[in-house]
Amino acid sequence: MIPRHLAIAVAVMLVVASGMSFFVWRMRGRSSASELAMADAAPVAPPVTGPTEQVILYVADDDLGALRAMAALIPLPSTRQQRGEELLRALLSVYSAKSSHHVLGSGSEVRAFYLVDPGLAVIDLNSAFADGHRSGVLVEDLTVASLARTLSANLPGITQIQFLVDGKPRDTLAGHADLSVPYDISAMNQLAEQLQSGQ
Amino acid sequence: MPWSSATRWRLQISLLLALVLFASGAAEDRRVSVYSIAANYTLVLQSRQGVDYVGLLEVLEPLGTVTAKTNGHRWKLRCNNVEGEFTEGQLQAKVAGASVDLPASFVLENGRGLVPLSSLTTLLPRFLGGPVTFHEGARRLFIGNAAVHFTAQIARTNPPALVVNFTAPVNPTITTEPGRLEMKFTREGLVGPATPTITFDSKAIPSATFQEDNGAAVVTISGTVPLMASFSNDNRTITIAPPQAAAPTGQGRATTPSPTPPAATSPVASSPTAPSPGTPPSGLATETHHYFAVIDAAHGGSESGAALGGQLLEKDVTLAVARSLRQELASRQLSALLLRDGEAALSPEQRADTVNALRPAIYLCIHASTQGTGVRVFTSLVPHGSSDVGPFVEWQTAQARFLPSSQKVEARLAAALQTLQVPVHSLAAPLRPLNSIRTAAVAIEVAPPDLTTTLNSATYQDSVARMLAIGLAAMRDELEAGR
Repeated sequence: MIPRHLAIAVAVMLVVASGMSFFVWRMRGRSSASELAMADAAPVAPPVTGPTEQVILYVADDDLGALRAMAALIPLPSTRQQRGEELLRALLSVYSAKSSHHVLGSGSEVRAFYLVDPGLAVIDLNSAFADGHRSGVLVEDLTVASLARTLSANLPGITQIQFLVDGKPRDTLAGHADLSVPYDISAMNQLAEQLQSGQ
Repeated sequence: MPWSSATRWRLQISLLLALVLFASGAAEDRRVSVYSIAANYTLVLQSRQGVDYVGLLEVLEPLGTVTAKTNGHRWKLRCNNVEGEFTEGQLQAKVAGASVDLPASFVLENGRGLVPLSSLTTLLPRFLGGPVTFHEGARRLFIGNAAVHFTAQIARTNPPALVVNFTAPVNPTITTEPGRLEMKFTREGLVGPATPTITFDSKAIPSATFQEDNGAAVVTISGTVPLMASFSNDNRTITIAPPQAAAPTGQGRATTPSPTPPAATSPVASSPTAPSPGTPPSGLATETHHYFAVIDAAHGGSESGAALGGQLLEKDVTLAVARSLRQELASRQLSALLLRDGEAALSPEQRADTVNALRPAIYLCIHASTQGTGVRVFTSLVPHGSSDVGPFVEWQTAQARFLPSSQKVEARLAAALQTLQVPVHSLAAPLRPLNSIRTAAVAIEVAPPDLTTTLNSATYQDSVARMLAIGLAAMRDELEAGR
């Protein structure tokens, strides 16, 4: 006959084992859910109403080390600030496409876009944009020029451009491009022209 | 009440002990001073069986990311990416997988690793990857190009003044007493002239002597009249003269004169640390040594730059190209200084400040990337606006005035690089510290020559360096004229 204390011990161990199995099963479920959430970190554009307009996006191409102009039809709101936001969103959607020749890090997004009188455009990138960006003088140059040129070509009146990351100034994009100071849009346009001509 | 004999003895012995203790405390510690671009510092030595020892962790800590771990009699130290292993009582150590002989056995005390002082010349180059010069008698250690040089000449003023120019700001402790003025440099890596005594054609100031001892350098000026020192040119110039002639331009900062005994010490306020790209005040004749080029291997230390595949880091490739370029320039009789010749982590401000102080004819910043192929030459995309006020120049836009010269250099270098048969691009870039440099300045980004060759190909690195040197040599006169 099995002693009573042994029977109690076995029963307790069974209860503990069942409890641990349930706990592990729950944890596994949560982990899969968070992985799914991470995989779906690409920016999702909110629906925009209004007539579509043809705009020119200046898209970076790492293989050529150049910017190329690309016509796109996108719905544009009436206010300048919202138009700027839509332009940047459209540009980032080109970069998030599988066929992109200038890949940005996962979850890269423009948090906000502001127009400050007289003519200062402020682009607020999210930290995933900067942290996930590849490091290099040319590759960072291309990103900065692409954003600046796309805005200046479609939103007349911008004279300066300043980049923020998560609402704060940041020294560099990914170790090279200086984001700590505002730039004249004319200088940025000259850079974009150099990059378009593939000098 | 008269003291007993025993009490008197006890009192005398106590007094004697107190005197001995006081005397031993007054004796100066033996020190070693370390000078590098990253930091200058002094460490107290430990004597073990008549041999000078120093804590290796303390030596390396200001120069990079250092960790140490004790495991029984073994002591492991990791400096940046280089690992060293030492065993207590052993005469051999391992650094980066290679054996190193120590002149005396390794000492491990309470988890602190002590190495013989003389072993630093062998150990530090392995940990830091750059040259080390040790003035053993004076216990002064120079890592990379950290030495500060000086020239001295008599200015024909009335009464005459001795003008001493330094290649970097200095802040010595100045002592005067009848017949001499002594400047003691503990924080600066001052090195002496070819002969320790310099004589001048002046009755008032006949000579100056350079000496170094116990981690410090001392310049002693002999004089037949009371002397005082004044600082100017951002602490790069010290003018020594009788009181009425000091600071002839009115821009200097004079120390308190002490023409009468007893000897007085006048410590001078620390040098200004804020970046100062403006032209130093003129007025005093200067003989500062000028480098033709300052080469800046981008990144360094814990800031490794881009990952270039496998174990290859941008900071290592930039250093290799920079060293090769220095050699190529030297072979063309063009003097060049490397801002970083090891693992030093320098901020863009430190880089720009050093370059502006050295005033070279050209500044080249080397970067590397695996994006695309070929070589890119960049000039500065100068930020918006400039608020220059008189002689004061806006730090962020200091390059603006020199941009035309920089663009000429860019074009010449791009033409030279075309001969490598690789894609060459000339562009502008918002890249620090280019915008704060007050001389012709370009950045070079080296990418692989094609899809099959890697960036760590020494042949390719040397070819790029050679073409850059050829391009610069062709502009030698033009660049020297634009200084």
